[in-house]
Formats: sequence, C-alpha cells, structure tokens
Amino acid sequence: MTDALLGVEHLTMRFGGLVAIDDVSFVAKKREITAIIGPNGAGKTTVFNCLTGFYKPTVGRLTFHAGEGPLYLERMDDFRIAQAGVARTFQNIRLFPMMTVLENLIVAQHNRLMDASALSFAGLFGLKRYRDAETQAVEKARGWLERVGLVGEADWLAGNLPYGAQRRLEIARAMCGDPAMLCLDEPAAGLNPRESAYLNALLKSIRDQYGIGVLLIEHDMSVVMGISDHIVVLDYGRKIADGPPEAIKRDANVIRAYLGEEDAPATSGAPA
Amino acid sequence: MSVADTEIKSGGDRMAAALRDAGFAALVMFGLMALIVGVRTVDAEGKLGAEFRFDWVLIFCAAVFLGRLGVKLGIGSGVGSVLARPLGRLGGALTPYSQHIIWLGLGFSVALPFMPFADRYVIDVATAMLIYVMLGWGLNIVVGLAGLLDLGYVAFYAVGAYSYAMFAKLLGLSFWECLPLAGLMAALFGVLLGFPVLRLRGDYLAIVTLGFGEIIRIVLINWYTVTGGPNGLSGIPRPTLFGLPFTASPPDGVTSFNEFFGIDFNPTHRIIYLYFVILAMALIVNFFTNRTRRLPLGRAWEALREDEIACRALGINPTNTKLSAFAVGAMFGGFAGAFFATRQGFISPESFTFFESAIVLAIVVLGGMGSQVGVVIASFVLIVVPELFREFADYRMLFFGLGMVLIMIWRPRGLIAHREPTIRLNGGSAAK
Repeated sequence: MTDALLGVEHLTMRFGGLVAIDDVSFVAKKREITAIIGPNGAGKTTVFNCLTGFYKPTVGRLTFHAGEGPLYLERMDDFRIAQAGVARTFQNIRLFPMMTVLENLIVAQHNRLMDASALSFAGLFGLKRYRDAETQAVEKARGWLERVGLVGEADWLAGNLPYGAQRRLEIARAMCGDPAMLCLDEPAAGLNPRESAYLNALLKSIRDQYGIGVLLIEHDMSVVMGISDHIVVLDYGRKIADGPPEAIKRDANVIRAYLGEEDAPATSGAPA
Repeated sequence: MSVADTEIKSGGDRMAAALRDAGFAALVMFGLMALIVGVRTVDAEGKLGAEFRFDWVLIFCAAVFLGRLGVKLGIGSGVGSVLARPLGRLGGALTPYSQHIIWLGLGFSVALPFMPFADRYVIDVATAMLIYVMLGWGLNIVVGLAGLLDLGYVAFYAVGAYSYAMFAKLLGLSFWECLPLAGLMAALFGVLLGFPVLRLRGDYLAIVTLGFGEIIRIVLINWYTVTGGPNGLSGIPRPTLFGLPFTASPPDGVTSFNEFFGIDFNPTHRIIYLYFVILAMALIVNFFTNRTRRLPLGRAWEALREDEIACRALGINPTNTKLSAFAVGAMFGGFAGAFFATRQGFISPESFTFFESAIVLAIVVLGGMGSQVGVVIASFVLIVVPELFREFADYRMLFFGLGMVLIMIWRPRGLIAHREPTIRLNGGSAAK
C-alpha cells in the first residue's frame, strides 16, 4: 500500500434521514486513474464533496498521502484541502466567467504568488522577487494553454469560450495548482466524440507525466472504460463493485444495477 | 383575408390596445392625483380652506395618457435608441484615446485652482467631488471588485471622521499623524463588520451592512460623553503645511503660511491646499487600487466576486480575502472621513446618514462596477451636476432620478462597463 494516495474508509454521509453514502471504502493510488461510476443519484458527487471538504462526512476517515505525513481530510477546511494538493473540477463548470482565460489560470496559482508578493507589499512596489514569480506563473499558464489548445484564446473572457473549451480550461486551471490528486466531476459531459477522445488522451498524459492520481466521475463509458485503471461502482450510496475495468464489465451486480440486464456492457455510449 | 388586411387589422388592434392601456394609466393617475394635486389646503382668514386645482389634475392625466400611449406604440424606445446610439459611438471613438483622456483629466485637476474661473466656490465643489471620488474608489474595492454589496459604507467614513476629531482634540496630534490612525481605525471596524458577515452574500449581506451603518450612526448620536451626541464635535484642528497653519493671526511662536512665504493672507490659500490634499490622497488610493488589481490579492477579490466555491476549490482562503477587501475599502473610507472632518472643522452624526451610503453606492454602480474612471465620471454626474443646476433646486432631485433611470436603461452595466484584463499573455503584465 505504499503508493496509496487516498484511503477512504467507512465513508458515510447522511442528510437528515437520507443516507447519501453508506459505508463506502476504497483506495485510490498514485499514477492511476480511478473512476467512480454509478446510476444518477448513486452518491458519486457527494463522495467528491466529502473528499474536497465541501461536506463534512457524518462518519468515516479520508487519509491523504501527498506530503510528509498522512492528512485526514475529513477534519480540514475545503480551501486547506485544496492547498494540500486536492484539485477538483465541477459538474456544472465553475470558471470565473468575467475574467480572462489567462487570469483564471493565474488565480489558480494564488497561494504561491501571494507568498511571493509578501502580503502584497512586494507586489505593490513591483519588486523583482514578485515580478519573477509572476513571470513563472504566466509561463506555467502558457504551458497549460498550449496543452489544452487555448493559447489563441488566452485573453478572451472565460465565459465567452465554447463549452468544450471551458471544460478543458477548468482542467488546466485545476492542474495549475500542482495538485497531487485531480478530481474530475463528469469532465466528458456535453462533449462530442472527438472532444472526449481528446480528453482521454489528456487525462492519460496527465497521469503518466505528472505521476498524480486522478479520480473521475463519469457517465461516458468510452471514457471510463478507455482510461480507468480502477473502477469503483456505487449504487444507492453503497459500493457494489471495485476492481479493474475488465472485472467490472463482467461483474453481475454492476450489470444488474447499472448497465441493464440484457445489454452487454458496451464500450461506447452509456445507458441512462 | 390577405396579408395586407391582417397587418391593417393588427395595426388597428395595436392602436386600440395602446389607447385602452393609456386610458387605464390616466385613470390610475387620476385616482392618485385627484386629491393630492386637485385639492390644496390654504389659510383662508385664519381658517383652513381648500383651493381646487382640477386643471392641474387634467394636465397630469393628459401627460400620463400621452406618455403611456407613446411607450406602447414604441416611440419611447425609438427615441431612446436614437439618443443612445451616438453615446455608444462617442464611447467607441474615445476608447483608443482613453489613456490621453485620463492624463488630460489629471492635468486639468492639478491646474484647476489656478484657472481664471476658479473661485472659492468652484474649488469647494471640486473638493467635495473628490471626497466622493475617494469614497467611490474605496467602496469600489468592496462592491466592484470583491462583489460584497455594502450598504453601510458611510459607517467607515464616520469612523474616520470621528477618529480624526478625537485623536486631534484629545491627544493633540496633527492631521498627518492622525490620518493613518483614522485609516487604521476604519480598517479595524471593517474587519469587525467583516467577521459576522463572512457567510453572507448578496441581499443578506446588504441588510446586515445597512444595519451596521445605522448602528454606528446611532451610537454616535447617543454616546454623548465621547461623541458629543447630536451636537457633534466642533473646533477640529485644520491641517497645516509642514507645521505652517493657514490663519491670519497665528498664535505666538508659530509662523503662518502667508508669513513664511511673505505674501498677504488670503483665506483661499487654505481652500486650495485642502483641494490638493484630497487630490493627492485620491491619486494614492487610485494608484494603490490599480496596482492591487494586478496582484494576487486583487485577482482573488475578483475571483471571489465571480465564484466563491471555485475559489475555495483552488485553495484561496475566503475569510482572509473577504476581510482584506472590507479592511482596505474601509481604510479608504476612513481617510476620506478624516479629510472631511478637517475640512469642515465640525462633524455631527447628521453628516453620516444612509443617504451618503446610497450616493456612494450609486456612484459605484452608475460608473460601472470595478471601473476607476467610471467612479470619477459618476461622481461628476452625481455631485457636480446637481450643484450646477442649483437654480432649479425644486426639480433637481426629479432630474437626478430621471437621469439614473435613463442611464440604467441604456447602460445597465454602468457608464464604463469595460473591464481591462489585469494581465495579457503576450506583453503587458502587472508592472506597467
């Protein structure tokens, strides 16, 4: 278990009488893409919200192994979790629409730049220390813009980008903070086949090049089956299967609960 | 039925509907105005009598009828677009020269006191406008950049003014020593207000800040021993130029400004000096804000306005970011308040009513959220223009309201809606 990145143990989340997640445990590893799938309302996004601190889980332990010692995410504030290296994107894209594409990526590097600007004083007087840090931040942003093919649109307002480009920008923004784990909430939603093929390649290259763990919620089976190293299946808040894609495709519980009785788990297009 | 018939028919229908609607509006007007305007109480030989003015009611109703008819038939929007188009074109034509215009405006404001037409009255009005420019720039940080709707901004203006008055009177500190203290006090109150409202946004935040503004004012009225209550504080020391007072008869051992420079005493000197003080303060605030917008702190403010949840997901501490916006905005309000106190020499809670908050907020919204130049233009429109039309005092507020409505219809995002990016990929960065 040396390369475990995130350990989820007995995660339970109740909203009043509703049990959204019921005793879910799994492990996400470094240099792996872990997909969480399940029918609508299975609790996938709730798991994400617990991991990223937007919800405080009712029961459970979330152990994150990024820096020196393990961190217990269930005890931390959402922005502290982000600082510790958990980046996320949102199901309904959350960019800063009235700011430019480049500004979105610079804001993502806020904490490093804030340190360099010495609580704004170094920045206020334009000291070299801050200017260098800003140049670096712009170069990093440029690198990501090249990767996601948005260099030409760098000075556009983020809100004016087409939908697919906004999805890519949100991933680039999450990566600009140098996370140890990238959590993507339905990154392929609303993308055309060409765009989702591009997304597959992007996520694989992020995994291979940066050695970080990717946690993925997705409905698009071509994405899930194409790139996941490990799949966790939820249904009504419970984990019903956990394993590599091949095993999941054959898993009787999954087929019954999620993919339908007579339909073989296809590799393109998901049954709703 | 042919197409032409249909059109004539629908045209007739439209006219009939418009007439009906206008008639109804006139009826409502009649209901409202028949007694309010139609009957006027007069003093008739020691008794209360009534004067009937039904001709006025008729005129009002006719005006409403015609106006409503015009709106219904689309004449209003036609007139609007005819008026708005040249405005937009003018704006477009001036955009490439915006830098020059800003420098021109700056040059003009520096030269203003020496212009031939600049008498004491002109400089006084300009000074008053600059106070509002400064307040607008301060509130712009809170409302325009950080997106936190603050209806109690006048509280910080009051804190600054009273801090200056008390530090100066009780501790005998000079204006320049008190100014940072007053700013600091206001910033402290900004943080004090900030803490309880961290979780609030939008309407809820507006209500709480409104209450905060009132709390400060009511404390000032009732804490008689410290603030002087409704009588206010008087005898607030005037500012000096490096220790040179602007008085005709300085106390023994003190050289006054006119003696030092060997010129005759002229009360206008002090007015001009105050004008330059507020101009310099406003320019410093402007420089600071422009610089901060391009720093991580300023970008975090704007990001917070755009989407707080996304900010949290990027590891931005929302508490610190919000509190810093409140503190910096309040500090600028405090500076403006200290200046106000030293200029007036007398302050009382009456100067810090909700109306001031509303004016400053109107300046920010009218100018265009987050726009520095917009605040200057809006301050001119809201402070100087009513002053110019002082002869029409009775109708001033009427035109003021009308102007606001029209501007909000034609330019709903404020006079200057353009937002300059804080950084560009190719060339142009923070240190500009």
